[in-house]
Amino acid sequence: MHRLARAGAVALVAVLFVLLVVHMATAQRGAAVAAAVAAGKRPVAPDFELHRLDRTGKLKLSSLRGRVVVLNFWASWCRACKDEARTLAAVSSRWQRRGVVFVGIDSQDFSSDARAFARRFGLRYADLHDGTGSQMSRYGVTGLPETWTVTRDGKLADHIAGVTDAHRLDRAIERARRT
Amino acid sequence: MIARVLAAAAIALTLAAPALGADPREQQIENRVMCPTCHQLLALSHSPIAERMRTFIRTQLAAGESPQAIERELVDQFGPAVLASPPARGFGLLAWLIPVGGAAGAAAAVFACARAWRRRAPDAAECADLSPELLRRLDLELAAYDE
Repeated sequence: MHRLARAGAVALVAVLFVLLVVHMATAQRGAAVAAAVAAGKRPVAPDFELHRLDRTGKLKLSSLRGRVVVLNFWASWCRACKDEARTLAAVSSRWQRRGVVFVGIDSQDFSSDARAFARRFGLRYADLHDGTGSQMSRYGVTGLPETWTVTRDGKLADHIAGVTDAHRLDRAIERARRT
Repeated sequence: MIARVLAAAAIALTLAAPALGADPREQQIENRVMCPTCHQLLALSHSPIAERMRTFIRTQLAAGESPQAIERELVDQFGPAVLASPPARGFGLLAWLIPVGGAAGAAAAVFACARAWRRRAPDAAECADLSPELLRRLDLELAAYDE
């Protein structure tokens, strides 16, 4: 009886420890991705598939291989995202003609608010809904807005934390196109 | 004096008005839902999305939606983690079963230990079986403490 109770307690502690390690490793992965890009490395962009807000259906990041992608994390309740929206609308309309794909990831937000926001600011590109914000942790996003550029072979090229301006975004896109 | 009392009463009424007019179901939902950005109970959070969620809850209640339907919609928008307590089905069931299982295991362990200790403890009959020589030495040693 004693041995059985001891074995059960040890097994329970072991399971809880494994769960804790897995949780910590998952939480750290996103920060590691951001740190790798800051160090000049080109890690593979974490793949995802999310529901579209601009039309029905889903979009998978890996389906855009062969094209440079700009990933913008935002939310309609985020004040800084409003400051950035007109820049994104202007820059995206210029680059989309040259084959660059813009993808907005509306995070931790009501989808109806996000649709209204995109209409109001004239965002004419794919907007995806990530209500849980699960992609934010995978990309190491710590605040909104944040922007990533992805090369044609699906690797992360640049990370812009906070509001971007047209010049900075243009340079990041050009770098991703050259890579 | 009367004017002061009336003024104080007016201020108190003004401050209490929102709480008095609030639908109690609103508070009930706010205590069952988490803020997705700050991971606090919605009732305690003042983040922008928390304020937006409160407005959503209020308008949905005013439109005649039930608290259950509103919570379902919030789960649709923000995922099951928006609920303060996990659903009692699927993987969420573990969160309910593990504490119950843990408490049952701890009770069983305490019971088993208590039984084992009782078995190991010498009973009165065993004490009575001491030899006269040992009893004499025991009396001597105890007497030494009395001095």
